[in-house]
Amino acid sequence: MTRELNVAVDTVGVADATPDEKQPWAELGLKDDEYQRIREILGRRPTQSELAMYSIMWSEHCSYKSSKVHLRQFGEKNPRTPRLLAGIGENAGVVAIDENIAVTFKVESHNHPSYVEPKQGAATGVGGIIRDIIAMGARPIAVMDSLRFGAVDHPDTARVLPGVVDGIGHYGNCVGLPNIGGETYFDPCYQGNPLVNALSVGVMPRSRLQSMQASGAGNIVILLGAKTGRDGIGGVSVLASATFSESGEGDARPSVQVGDPFTEKLLIEVCLELFDERLVVGVQDLGGAGLTCALSETAAAGDGGMHVDLELVPLRAQGMEPQDILASESQERMLLIVDPAKADEVLARAHRWGLLATAIGTVTGTGRLVVDFHGQTVVDVPPKSLADEGPVYHRPFSEPNDLGLISVDRAETLPRPSTDEEIRQTVLDMAASPNLCDKSWITEQYDSSVFGNTVLGAPHDAGVVRLDERTGVGIAISLDGNGRFARLDPYHGAQLALAEAYRNVAATGATPIAVSDCLNFGSPEDPHVMWQFERAVTGIADGCQKLGIPVTGGNVSFYNQTGRDAIHPTPVIGVLGVIDDVARRIPLGLGRTGDTIALIGETREELSGSEWAQVVHGHLGGVPPKVDLDHEMKLAELLARLAETEQLAAAHDLSEGGLAQALVEAICHSGLGAQILLPEGADPFTYLFSESAGRVLVVIPRGQELAVRTACEQRGLPITPLGVADANTDGLHLRDHFDLTRDELEAAWKGRIGARLGE
Amino acid sequence: MARVVVDVMLKSEILDPQGEAVLGALPRLGVNDVASVRIGKRVEIEFDDNAQNLEEQSRVIADQLLANPVIENFTVSIETAANGAA
Repeated sequence: MTRELNVAVDTVGVADATPDEKQPWAELGLKDDEYQRIREILGRRPTQSELAMYSIMWSEHCSYKSSKVHLRQFGEKNPRTPRLLAGIGENAGVVAIDENIAVTFKVESHNHPSYVEPKQGAATGVGGIIRDIIAMGARPIAVMDSLRFGAVDHPDTARVLPGVVDGIGHYGNCVGLPNIGGETYFDPCYQGNPLVNALSVGVMPRSRLQSMQASGAGNIVILLGAKTGRDGIGGVSVLASATFSESGEGDARPSVQVGDPFTEKLLIEVCLELFDERLVVGVQDLGGAGLTCALSETAAAGDGGMHVDLELVPLRAQGMEPQDILASESQERMLLIVDPAKADEVLARAHRWGLLATAIGTVTGTGRLVVDFHGQTVVDVPPKSLADEGPVYHRPFSEPNDLGLISVDRAETLPRPSTDEEIRQTVLDMAASPNLCDKSWITEQYDSSVFGNTVLGAPHDAGVVRLDERTGVGIAISLDGNGRFARLDPYHGAQLALAEAYRNVAATGATPIAVSDCLNFGSPEDPHVMWQFERAVTGIADGCQKLGIPVTGGNVSFYNQTGRDAIHPTPVIGVLGVIDDVARRIPLGLGRTGDTIALIGETREELSGSEWAQVVHGHLGGVPPKVDLDHEMKLAELLARLAETEQLAAAHDLSEGGLAQALVEAICHSGLGAQILLPEGADPFTYLFSESAGRVLVVIPRGQELAVRTACEQRGLPITPLGVADANTDGLHLRDHFDLTRDELEAAWKGRIGARLGE
Repeated sequence: MARVVVDVMLKSEILDPQGEAVLGALPRLGVNDVASVRIGKRVEIEFDDNAQNLEEQSRVIADQLLANPVIENFTVSIETAANGAA
């Protein structure tokens, strides 16, 4: 079928002939000097299509132009490990589990789309991260998410939260992936800038690792999956790379995309079949920036050039111009590079799965990315200039002026509950608070057990998934962030998030091996935000170096701010661990009656940035708890050892809400009560609510107390016996202080989220 | 009773997976000459006899409840008041 061109297409020839034509580069988000550089690279003005491609590829979202200079630290400081098979710069990091299998995982933000259209925004976030996993050659096996919303009782939260949860559940459940946990937090700073960070993990035989290189002149470029429509045009350049203006909400609206999880499921199956049969040379997913990004990245990663005939792209809408086709963010598409001898086979396999697959171009040796549209050349550029040689900014950064004042406004000086009755009530108030209460209203909307390999899901410290039924080998993943700590001290706040995710993985008995991070910040054009970013990245890079686990990838989300108000700097850290036999994982709870409850780690008077300061005083000030990564490493090694020897019945990381909250969760999650006696001389309030890092509540089976104590002492880890798990105790008995019945604890902790959203 | 019909359709640039699924199933029925299928919803609202500002009220209902204006368009049409069995 041929179609007469009824619009004047801006070709390379036209661009040559009309050098002075006015172009909308500013509207597309390019700066004056960036536009001039494009003209220098091309030796002429760019065509409309080229301008669209540069504006997208040089946007903050795609080019990392503000973050690049800092992110280099990951590469420089990353510990060398033979486990790392693919790292930063790939679609997702890949780590070896044993000599046969590898896993790939990545966390990515979909913040701005999820604010504009919560359900579809969150759903396509899940879809996008799943395609990153496929592109590495892996079968996606689970998803996880880290969510942050404005105040729980703000009317807009009632719009955004249910939509986001619905979208994550809809997409994940339809594709058939278990959601194995994550986190949900509320803070007014996320009002208007919710954070939706989605993680996916996949598993593959090591031999199936794929590359995104478009190499081998003569190879065919195939577009696989859904048709290309007008959806999401300008999503990354406009939506994710600029601040929401306070008034205008209408502008961003057309940039929303709707995904189709059933097509994604077919993409998974057909891609894995093609990989297994060794039918593809290179593969890249189409996400933000669509074809523009996939074509320029594959061509730049390869050794030659590429020629594409754009009119061959199957379209869903009439009258799309070349720049629309190049910029479309239609979901569920992949780009394949295929040996010409195998092209027919690839097309036939795709057809068998009911998916469109179309040869749209060839790999060339010209070193140029050339795009024709009905025989007219609309793009002719060096691909590296789009993908790798974008602008790099050394943006100015300076410590926020208020940080000195904030750091002396310590929460340790706030009035505290003094009587037992007041402390008792504080335990209940905290358990009922938005950030600490039971999140099952959210997690129950997700399928957590499809595939039958989920060993631990929410609300455990980390999700644990079995990889191999014969050996029992599995992985544990935790996703953690704490914007409050990072606001007080981005360097140590980021390390606290890293330490918590690391400890959460360790608390299941797994050994942490790799990191993926999602860095959510305000506008990089604000030097204070840039300072927070630089500090947080340095903190993570130093922390990972110390812990000996590499950062394998992730993403940066800037411009999470409305007007002048930026969100708290919120680095969200995903840590992946490996456990040799998932049968020996350590669950949450209280074990059996008569088991000993003990606390490993030291409790200091550290209340600044704590949930208590937030819930009771609405206070944020002081300096966050001390980070001791040496201690965290010893603790993780101890927990892995005790899991292997089956000397722990349960374990639970202490984080937000401190010991009090850990006890409430352990009791609510088990059928037993807890008899607790605080150490002599301990101040009950501090002991219950301090958020000192590096602590784990453990439950030791009868007869193992001495062995566990010795193991702790050998490693120099302080252990404090606190009491016993007891079937005859109703709830929490804190000797010499107060009792809280199970009914009281559950009434406070459970059912809060739905009730607050009016459901 | 006054009857108002609200038709809700996905905006033209938005993917309609349901419509695509129907389109994909048509050849199995032997129907091969369909180019596109888009699926929306039709909502019939019956107001009380003495209700006022039907169009305005219906628009509020459609905009805030029935349609998602970010990805959907709607039209409101007032079918002449049938007034019981008359």
